[in-house]
Amino acid sequence: MGRVILKEKMNKKRSFLRTAAAYPHMVWSVLFIVAPLIFVLYYALTEEDASGNFYFSFANITALAGESYLPVFFRSICFAVVATAICLVLAYPLAYFLSKCKVSSQRMLIMLVMLPMWMNLLIRTYSWMNILETNGLINNLLTTIGLPNAKLLGNGAAVVLGMVYNFLPYMIMPIYTVMSKIDSRYLEAAADLGCNGPQTMLRVILPLSASGIISGITMVFVPSVSTFYISQKMGNGRFEMIGDTIERQFMSNYDYHMGATLSLVLMVLIIICLAVMNRFGDEDGGVLV
Amino acid sequence: MNKLIELKGITKSYDGETVLNHINLDIHDHEFVTLLGPSGCGKTTTLRIIGGFVTPDEGDVIFDGARINDLPPYKRHVNTVFQKYALFPHLNVYENIAFALRLARLPEAEISRRVKEMLALVALSGFEKKNVNLLSGGQQQRVAIARALINKPRVLLLDEPLGALDLKLRKDMQNELKKIQTQTGITFIYVTHDQEEALSMSDTVVVMQNGVIQQIGTPTDIYNEPVNAFVADFIGESNIVDGVMLEDKLVSFSGHTFPCLDSGFGKNQPVDVVVRPEDVDVVSPEKGMLRGIVSSVTFKGVHYEIIVDIGGFKWMIQTTDYVAPEAEIGLYIEPDAIHVMNKSEFSGQFGDYSSFSDEMDNISDPDATEEE
Repeated sequence: MGRVILKEKMNKKRSFLRTAAAYPHMVWSVLFIVAPLIFVLYYALTEEDASGNFYFSFANITALAGESYLPVFFRSICFAVVATAICLVLAYPLAYFLSKCKVSSQRMLIMLVMLPMWMNLLIRTYSWMNILETNGLINNLLTTIGLPNAKLLGNGAAVVLGMVYNFLPYMIMPIYTVMSKIDSRYLEAAADLGCNGPQTMLRVILPLSASGIISGITMVFVPSVSTFYISQKMGNGRFEMIGDTIERQFMSNYDYHMGATLSLVLMVLIIICLAVMNRFGDEDGGVLV
Repeated sequence: MNKLIELKGITKSYDGETVLNHINLDIHDHEFVTLLGPSGCGKTTTLRIIGGFVTPDEGDVIFDGARINDLPPYKRHVNTVFQKYALFPHLNVYENIAFALRLARLPEAEISRRVKEMLALVALSGFEKKNVNLLSGGQQQRVAIARALINKPRVLLLDEPLGALDLKLRKDMQNELKKIQTQTGITFIYVTHDQEEALSMSDTVVVMQNGVIQQIGTPTDIYNEPVNAFVADFIGESNIVDGVMLEDKLVSFSGHTFPCLDSGFGKNQPVDVVVRPEDVDVVSPEKGMLRGIVSSVTFKGVHYEIIVDIGGFKWMIQTTDYVAPEAEIGLYIEPDAIHVMNKSEFSGQFGDYSSFSDEMDNISDPDATEEE
C-alpha cells in the first residue's frame, strides 16, 4: 500500500517537472505572442477621439474597402503566389538531387543551401541591389563588353527575384527532409511493378513527398505575402505590398489603428490560406504526416 | 521443363569485396527454387541481379534465351515480394494491388476484376479500402504477394518474405505460398536463411556460402547427400567426423570400421563422414559399434537430444528413449546412415558439438563465467 502511494508521489513529481519545463516557453509566448495579438485586436477595433481616448469602432475595417488597400492586398498575394511557385519549381528538383547524393556530399550541399540564411535579410537584399543597380556588377560587365546598360532594378521581376532568393531555402529544406526519408524500397517496388523514371516520380516520389511540398509552400508563402523590405528596395518603391503599407501606417503615418487593422486582415488571410493548404495535405499525403 | 533463367559466371563485388564468385545457375519454368544460406552468402544479391536492381560485374543473365543484363527492372517479366513488403503507404490495399495495372492503363472494369481475383487468391477479400499501414504483418505480406502476382509475371522473386512473421503464421504462409505457386504455375525464386522453410517448400534448393553455390539439388538430395561439411551442417543437425575411406563401401572413423553405401573414393582417402543425429541407434555398451559417455540430456518434446562424448569428440544424438546423464552407452550406426564426403575448405569447422555442449554448461553453471 505504502509503495503505491510512493509511486503516485513520484509520478506527481515527475509530471510537475515535465510541466515546469514548459513554463519558460509559456511565459515567452504570453509576453511576446499572445499579448501583442491582443493589442493588435484592440487597436484594430478602436479609434482615438480628439482628447486621446480610445473608443470601440469598426471604422478601420470599413475603411479597408474605401481606400486603395484592396489592390495592395491583391498585389501582395499575386507576388507571393508567383514567388512561391518559382521556389517550388526550383526547389523540388534540387531537393530530389540532394536526397540522391552521397551522405557526405549531402551535408556539404545542405550547408551551401543554408549559408545565405546565416546572413541578415537586409544585407542579402542590399547585395542584390549592388549586383543589379545602374552602376552595379552586371551593368559594369555589360558596359565593359560594349553593351548598353540594362535597367534591372525597379521592376516586378526584381521583386520576385528578391523574394525567391531570400525564401528558397525554406522551400528546399522541408522537401529535402521528406525526400531523404523516402525508403528506397518504394522506388524499387515501383520499378519492379513497371514504373520507368518519370512514372516513379509521378506515382511514388511526388505523393510521398507531398507533406514536404505543403510545408515548403507554407514556409515561403507566409513570409512572401507579408514581406515589406524586399519590394521597397528591389522595386524602387514602385510596388507597394501590404507589408509596406503596414510599415507606413506605423512608422510614418502613426496610425496604429489602421496598421493594426491591416495586420489583422493579413493574418486572417494567411490563416485561411493555411487552412486550404492543410486540406490539400489531408487528401494527398495526410497519412504520412 | 525448359530453362527460363540462366545465370552464367556471375561475379559481383562491392568495394573490393567479392559478394558473388562465378555463379552458374539454371532455373526452369514452373520451378520453386530456394536460395539458401546464412546472411552475407550472396543469396539476396543473386535475387536482386535477377530482379534487375543490381548489375553483375561479370557474367550473363539470360531470361528465356535473351541476355537481360542491362534491362531495367520495369522491363523484366519478373516481380518481387520485398523483404519488408514495401507497400506504398499513400495507397490503400486496392490501389497497391492495382498499381501495375494502372501503369498499363487497363480499363477500370478489368482492373477491378483482377484485383478482386488476387484478393481472393491471398484470402483478403473485403480488404479493398483498408489502409495498408494499419494491416498486420501477415496481411501486409499477402497484399505484397497479390501486388506482385497481378501482372502475371513469369517469375516471382521472394526475398525472405516470411522473416518478419511469427512461427505459427510462418508455417501457414509456407503452405499458402506453395499452394499459390502450384495454382498459378509461376516460377518462384525464394530467398531464405531458414533451412526448414527451404526443405518444406522447394523443388530445388541452392545452398550458398561465401558467394559460391555449394550445392544444387532437391531437398532430399541436399539433406541426405550433402557435398561438404558446410551443407551438412547448415541443413539440419549433423555429426561430422574425420574418416578414412578404406575401400569402396568401407569407412573407418572414431577408431572403428563401418560398412557404408558410398563408393568411388580413392583407397585410404581422408574424408568427412556425416551421421545425422536421428540416424544413430542407442544400444547397450556391449552391442554398440562405438561407446561413449552421455554428457548432457535435453528434452525436446518429440525426442531427447543427448550429447555423447566419444573419445573426446562430442556427438549429438536424438533418441526417443531416456538415457541418464553420465551413463555409458553404445551406438549402432546402420550402413545407410553414413554419408561420406570429400574433404573441403569447410572440413573441421563444423559438426562437432563440444562447443554446443560447453555453451549449455555455461548457461546452467553460474561459476563458469566467473572463472573466465
